Amino acid sequence: MPELYESTAAELSTLLASGQTSAKEIMAAYLSRIEQVDGNVRAFNSYDHDDALRQADASDTRRREERAMGPLDGIPVALKDVIAVKDQPLTASSKMLKDFVSPYDSHVTELLKRQGAVLFGRLNLDEFAMGSSTENSGFQRTCNPWDLERIPGGSSGGSAAAIAACEAPLTLGSDTGGSIRQPAALCGVVGMKPTYGLVSRYGLIAFASSLDQIGPFAQTVEDAAILLQGIVGHDRRDSTSIKMAVPDYRAALKTDKKWRLGVPKEYFGEGLDAEVRAAVEAAIKTYEGLGHEIVEVSLPTTDLAVPVYYILAPAEASSNLSRYDGIRYGHRSSNAADAIDVYYKSRAEGFGPEVKRRIILGSYVLSSGYYDAYYLKAQKARTIIRNDFNSAFEQCDALLTPTAPTAAFKAGEKTNDPLSMYLSDIFTINVNLAGLPGVSVPCGFTSTGLPIGLQIIGKAFEEAEMLAIAHAYEQQHDWGKQRPSL
Amino acid sequence: MAHTEIDIDKVARLARLDLSDEEKRTYSAQLGQVLEHMDKLNALDLDGVEPTAHSFPLSNVLDEDEEQPGFTVEEALRNAPKARDNQVVVPKVVE
Amino acid sequence: MEYEPVIGLEVHVQLKTRSKMFTRVAYAYGHEPNTLTNPVVMGMPGTLPVMNKEAVRKTVQLGLMLGCKIAETCKWDRKNYFYPDSPKNYQLSQFDQPICEGGEVEIEMLGASRNVMGDHRTVELTRIHLEEDVGKLTHFATDSLVDYNRAGAALCEIVTEPNLYSEDEVYAFMTALRNMIVTAGLSDCDMEKGQMRCDANISIRPVGSKTLGTKVELKNMNSISGVRNAVAYEIKRQIRALTTGYEKIVQETRRWDPVALETESMRMKEESHDYRYFPDPDLMPVSIPAEQIEKIRSEIPEMPFDRQRRYMNDMDLPYTITSVLCPERELAEFFEEALALTKGKGEPKAVANLVVNELIRDLSAAEGGGRQSLSECLVTPAHVAELVLLIEGGVITKQIGKDVWVEMATSGKMPAVIVDEKGLKASNDSGELATIVAQVVADPKHEKAITQFKEGNKKALNSLIGPVMKATQGKANPQQIQQLMREAVAKL
Repeated sequence: MPELYESTAAELSTLLASGQTSAKEIMAAYLSRIEQVDGNVRAFNSYDHDDALRQADASDTRRREERAMGPLDGIPVALKDVIAVKDQPLTASSKMLKDFVSPYDSHVTELLKRQGAVLFGRLNLDEFAMGSSTENSGFQRTCNPWDLERIPGGSSGGSAAAIAACEAPLTLGSDTGGSIRQPAALCGVVGMKPTYGLVSRYGLIAFASSLDQIGPFAQTVEDAAILLQGIVGHDRRDSTSIKMAVPDYRAALKTDKKWRLGVPKEYFGEGLDAEVRAAVEAAIKTYEGLGHEIVEVSLPTTDLAVPVYYILAPAEASSNLSRYDGIRYGHRSSNAADAIDVYYKSRAEGFGPEVKRRIILGSYVLSSGYYDAYYLKAQKARTIIRNDFNSAFEQCDALLTPTAPTAAFKAGEKTNDPLSMYLSDIFTINVNLAGLPGVSVPCGFTSTGLPIGLQIIGKAFEEAEMLAIAHAYEQQHDWGKQRPSL
Repeated sequence: MAHTEIDIDKVARLARLDLSDEEKRTYSAQLGQVLEHMDKLNALDLDGVEPTAHSFPLSNVLDEDEEQPGFTVEEALRNAPKARDNQVVVPKVVE
Repeated sequence: MEYEPVIGLEVHVQLKTRSKMFTRVAYAYGHEPNTLTNPVVMGMPGTLPVMNKEAVRKTVQLGLMLGCKIAETCKWDRKNYFYPDSPKNYQLSQFDQPICEGGEVEIEMLGASRNVMGDHRTVELTRIHLEEDVGKLTHFATDSLVDYNRAGAALCEIVTEPNLYSEDEVYAFMTALRNMIVTAGLSDCDMEKGQMRCDANISIRPVGSKTLGTKVELKNMNSISGVRNAVAYEIKRQIRALTTGYEKIVQETRRWDPVALETESMRMKEESHDYRYFPDPDLMPVSIPAEQIEKIRSEIPEMPFDRQRRYMNDMDLPYTITSVLCPERELAEFFEEALALTKGKGEPKAVANLVVNELIRDLSAAEGGGRQSLSECLVTPAHVAELVLLIEGGVITKQIGKDVWVEMATSGKMPAVIVDEKGLKASNDSGELATIVAQVVADPKHEKAITQFKEGNKKALNSLIGPVMKATQGKANPQQIQQLMREAVAKL
């Protein structure tokens, strides 16, 4: 019998429903697992042991009184430290918000509370979600559970590592340019970014508002579907939130439909690691073997991803991060002579190097005389990128690509070379620019035992189909069932 | 376009960010490199292309004008570094 | 050389909405500090704006009232600048696609005297856009306090072309604009409460010149008279500077000091503002369908100058009365309701006179400073209509009418009831009146007047009416007195 903490959320849900375990037992199992391994993994910025058990206890009471609220009731869910939970810390892994306690709930946590999920623990990230390695955290470096010397990916590195290390059955992350999919790939777990507008951003600390989405991490596609189901829905507090009938994502996984799957040739060019290429090509073969049609498609604007993204995202970020000024909340410098000085010094002391770099870049491209040359041009290029995807989707139901060009790299390897760090997002960024859904599923290991991810890009708001495609592949292999030894 | 020289002082002032000389040097160099990479966009023919501000074009997202409960004063000021008389205290504003 | 000022205004008007511009927490003036906030108002991490439908509707209505072109599509932009009263350190505003463009405001310039209508002209507008208000800073010796109640309130900014040419025109503009906006119920426009604010851009040029001089921006005027005084001061200062060379005009922002009655430089670092405007990714564009625009247009009430023209042309009311009645919709509607209740038997002028003289006097005399509102007043249009009919029907005299007014204003009783209870009906007993008239005519005091009358001075007998009125306690009908008096004198 495997340990409780190794179970999937679906399994835990079944155990709870049949009375074979309690929410408190489950929570206690994860808490002791965290105590055992998180000293090495360092996925969590903080968690409230007693509050977690109290929430679990309340769930057990509901279940005894036959008031249980669905598949998530009593299931622990840990959150990237950019998602607001009332009365819990909310730091964005930044010294700027080191002592900030959220006075309100995000839309997703309101929904999850209503479904009885146990919201515990704040997961580490690159400060303000800016990074691809979680090395930019203002507090600690999260380690890849498969090789502690290596990075877990980012920015949702804590969310991915916590799943890989069995410290939580489900976690939430956020994805602006690949921040869910890339760490999922590098940690060997499932991570998905929904279509822009499917999940409310109310209560998600903004990085780049036109690109950010909250999404689930899990061991399996089925678990990801369960958590996705729990967080979707229209929210009148987010003007970009879509009103639509929500399908049953979990039920949609079981289908014998045959799909046309597109393989964009531009994703297999220069810069793609040979082992990653081999694993992804093998995954494509698996689909072919299952009777799905594989078609080659072209996304000629693929190499525009980095330039467009690194104009638009820092521009939006430079404005989004203006509110961190040490006036109403957050770090206030004790050396400031006057109000204006509070800004200069608090921000200099509170923000880390990557955040400063992007604020500078973003302020520059928006500044007078450069707006048309950079921001407007990037917005126009974004239109071309969207059109490219639209054309590709005329020929297929979904796209198959590598999630990241390489497996996890060593900590410190790219910290002094921002451009090469930025280029590690090359396969994920365009999906955000086009607003599409994407999921990364484990598709193998390198010779040194590092996980590799397959990215499936779906049509807008076709998450059900995209997850079914991911699920079909997952059933053929046990890549996702393997666990690192910690 | 040649833009390896960016006016780092001006940009830092816009962003209200004190930078050390060391930081200024590092960021200038790194941003110059990043901006050069962005020159790829100059090769594009973007005439007549509409800019995309939102990935899905919604319009008229308007909410009814109704009052909903807000913060208590305590909630509003809970995270304030300094407060007095139910207000946020800031050092003297010098123009 | 002769100089002329050229003035352009930026008027901010806080729209009367229940909730704020981009979030649904209440907004109202005069609440305890920081009691009207929520996560969005405080700019908490993770919060997002959602537009207020009513603020958009009201701005469109304002635009239609002023003949603006309503944009097919407008969008919201972020204006990035740091200030402690700005919770996000960017203000949601409209940069290059405002909700309304063009338009004009009809103003009445000064007449030859207060009783004479001045010429009307129009002041062209550049644009109207919507934005969010900021919080309020209170400065102390060593620090400042911030109250975010006002932050996020719906604010529309009305920008004129530089085509105002004197402090009187500026005053007329502000008055006309306020009257229109208050009439339409879009804002209360109380400048002391910050519901209406005005920045004035003033420059001076030689008469005949087409180019504009160095522009000075004036701030901190908190009443319409304050705006006039500040503009007048600044025009004089600039002309003096140009003619004497004593002072140089520099492009700057100056603050009006309402106590010292002068403008002073704010000595702001005129670091060229670089607001880094860009479209707010959190808000979607708005395009108002044509049928909705027409519906909003149909809800516009009659504007004050249109009403004034109607009163003067159709009812033959004098300018002096209409200029009091028409700027205030409530008062004008009170008048119209009272007039309607007379069912055509009351003279518009008689009804209007009561409203303009008696009613306004009572409202102004109310305790606690300021004017009492009509809703708190015991006198209703029905009272006024009934009183007019009593007077015009000769049931009571005008003189008694004044007493009845006082009584109904304090007790709320209907005029007819008061007349009955107090026995105030005009005396129709010509026998009794004839006796009194005979006594007055016989009084030797009046001998001289009677002689004058007999010599052909028809007005000479008027001095005898008073004593008769006094003897009848005002109940006698003046026409009847005159008739009887002529008869009595003839008999002498």
